[in-house]
Amino acid sequence: MDNKHEEHQLISYGTYIMVWLALLTLTGLTITVAGLNLKNFAIVAAICIAGFKSMLVLNYFMHLKFESALFKNMVYITLFTLVVIIGLTFTDISFR
Amino acid sequence: MSQSADLIMEKHFDPVGARVGMWLFLFTELLLFGGLFLLYAIYLNKYPDEFHYASSQLDQFVGALNTIILLTSSLTMVLSVGALQRNSRNLSMLFLVVTFLLGAAFLVNKYFEWGAKIHHGIYPNSAELLQHPQGEIIFYGLYYTMTGLHGLHVIVGMVIMLFLLVFIGRKRSTVMTMAHGNLEKLLGKSLSLTGPKNQKIWQSEPISEEVQEIKLVVKGLITQEKMNSNAVKLENSGLYWHLVDIIWIFLFPLFYLIAI
Repeated sequence: MDNKHEEHQLISYGTYIMVWLALLTLTGLTITVAGLNLKNFAIVAAICIAGFKSMLVLNYFMHLKFESALFKNMVYITLFTLVVIIGLTFTDISFR
Repeated sequence: MSQSADLIMEKHFDPVGARVGMWLFLFTELLLFGGLFLLYAIYLNKYPDEFHYASSQLDQFVGALNTIILLTSSLTMVLSVGALQRNSRNLSMLFLVVTFLLGAAFLVNKYFEWGAKIHHGIYPNSAELLQHPQGEIIFYGLYYTMTGLHGLHVIVGMVIMLFLLVFIGRKRSTVMTMAHGNLEKLLGKSLSLTGPKNQKIWQSEPISEEVQEIKLVVKGLITQEKMNSNAVKLENSGLYWHLVDIIWIFLFPLFYLIAI
């Protein structure tokens, strides 16, 4: 029965607009960083900023921050699996 | 009595279950694109110079513009969900239409971007592209596959929005009928319609024996149940749209920015 109350936890329009502004700022930052000619670090910086932007979208637009532990665990286990798959593949191709 | 009523409600309306299902579907999407990102990462590792050169041939301005368009469409989508949760149907539909138009704008940009590349003879298996180095051929192969698959997801999202507009906008007429057996109790009495302040709006003639049936038609009625079930549909479609946005958040720097 608790679920029904959780359901109507409303998030203000202002919060959404702040998140959107943060996302636009981070997009500007990605473009600026890409222009700095950081060579190999550029791709790492781009992935980090994209990861941070995704966390904003996940937590606020997709409401993950306000969900129960069930949803958080599901999402983080999936992301962890994806990271393991990509990580293990790289340990293979880096040591060939 | 109230317990059984609750049970029936539970059966028809399970927003948490619906969301779990939606997330599970999104995970399959995540792994689908994840595999392609892995492919991209491996080939970037193998052909860094070709990838950098090919990436510099893409239009960074269009890429950045499309990023802004998709991020904004995610905002309008979440505002649409928020509006419906607050029971403002019209505002919700307005935001949904804006989201749809932003999705369309994204595709129009994509059309011109692909069109320009194809015009220059750069498309998978073209005679022109096959003369380029192997790394560039792979870069463009991944570019067309990944942005194409992403574009398909945008189209699917827009079709879902059209369905939602119908669901949210639809007003059904509710018909309640009283016939025979029940009518005897009402003989000689009349039906009336009262407004919110108890003022009488309309009163019928007294019910005589000739009356066979009383039909009550309520037009444009939207029940709270309907509203809640539409809110769940919209919320879950929103989750899908945001995932499409997240995928673009990664596609943009990887394809357009690694070369600057």
